[in-house]
Amino acid sequence: MEIKLTVNGTVRSDEAEPRLLLIHYLRETLGLRAANVGCDTTSCGACTVLLDGESVKSCTVLAVQANGSSVTTAEGLVAPDGTMSAVQQAFRENHGLQCGFCTPGMVMASASLLAENPHPTEQQVREGLEGNFCRCTGYHNIVRAVLAAADKLADPEATA
Amino acid sequence: MIPASFDYALAESAEHALTLLAEHGEDAKLLAGGHSLLPMMKVRLAQPAVLIDIARVPGLSGISLDGDQVVIGATTRHAELASSALLRAEAPILAYAAAQIGDPQIRHRGTIGGSLAHADPSADLPVTLLALGGSVEAVGPSGPRTVAADDFFTGPFETALGPDELLTAVRVPRGGPVSWGYQKFTRRANDWAIVGVAAYGGRVALASMGGTPLRATATEEALKAGASVEEAAELAAEGTSPGYDFHADSDYRRHLARVLTRRALEGRTS
Repeated sequence: MEIKLTVNGTVRSDEAEPRLLLIHYLRETLGLRAANVGCDTTSCGACTVLLDGESVKSCTVLAVQANGSSVTTAEGLVAPDGTMSAVQQAFRENHGLQCGFCTPGMVMASASLLAENPHPTEQQVREGLEGNFCRCTGYHNIVRAVLAAADKLADPEATA
Repeated sequence: MIPASFDYALAESAEHALTLLAEHGEDAKLLAGGHSLLPMMKVRLAQPAVLIDIARVPGLSGISLDGDQVVIGATTRHAELASSALLRAEAPILAYAAAQIGDPQIRHRGTIGGSLAHADPSADLPVTLLALGGSVEAVGPSGPRTVAADDFFTGPFETALGPDELLTAVRVPRGGPVSWGYQKFTRRANDWAIVGVAAYGGRVALASMGGTPLRATATEEALKAGASVEEAAELAAEGTSPGYDFHADSDYRRHLARVLTRRALEGRTS
């Protein structure tokens, strides 16, 4: 069936078989390869994107379910001039990644977390990222990055 | 993993969903958040020919008060339950239980109606509805009906709902001041309960202690007869036949039921 949705601010109209998963629509149809297929069982969070502003696991959403909605991937967090979002910047500055496979999902889950709770405690960050696995076990720096991003968003003038 | 092919229909109203269900019969499945159904379809545990999407049906979502009850629309998402000021004031055990489901991404998609209709005996919302003594509203070709939580769960992943019926709402008693406790024992983050216990007033319900969520009737009767929390909790596993798996054998589950029931009756959360 025909689906029409806004992906990273651009209106897209495509033919989608009902069983097409949102992650495959993003990666294969649109060529947006930031979100990864990890476990494929709603566990690992590598495929996390924002659907109407909220984090979802796109391996467990049909593209047709997203019809009429707005989707944001990690590509969409970058400004047109290439400037990274505060969350992405904080991941870089705090070495919040090792192999990088989980990073796009971690970044999107963190963006959703900070939208819902702009001033999380460390414990709330850890619980808020419960649905994202880092198999390098680099959690400490990831949590540091999210806390740094929260500070940066609260006071953009502060130096990192 | 990609599900087998199916046709997709977007229901515009509850009546439209019922028409589509009548048209496609048992080949059709209702889709809301899809967080129980889609994983099953990927591994071919479910292979419906038609999915009827009810996620956008107007009026099926939201939390409101009706006399001495809280009414929750079937497509209300777990995240909405967890963050609702109304639910936290009027039925805090339900808001708390919703916050224990999976992880934030799952709570953004999963719905209360979907979780109850899926009827996983280890899941958070079925055991909580049973402890609350709530009910489920459904509509079918012969009109609407209400099913008490005690009669709703009929077997593992089975409910009293007919294949031609649509779960429309959930009702729970308003009970802000009623004492409650909730215990969920897991080995890993975002997992299902190895054993779970929901206690609300004098009602105690157990998750993962049988094919359906179960009332701990011996515990409830002992409490009514004046037994202490410790004495009553010792009876929590009476009459249950818990299964065994990778995580726990049946004896260990009985032990957990006793310990977690005591903690839940003390008003503790996990």
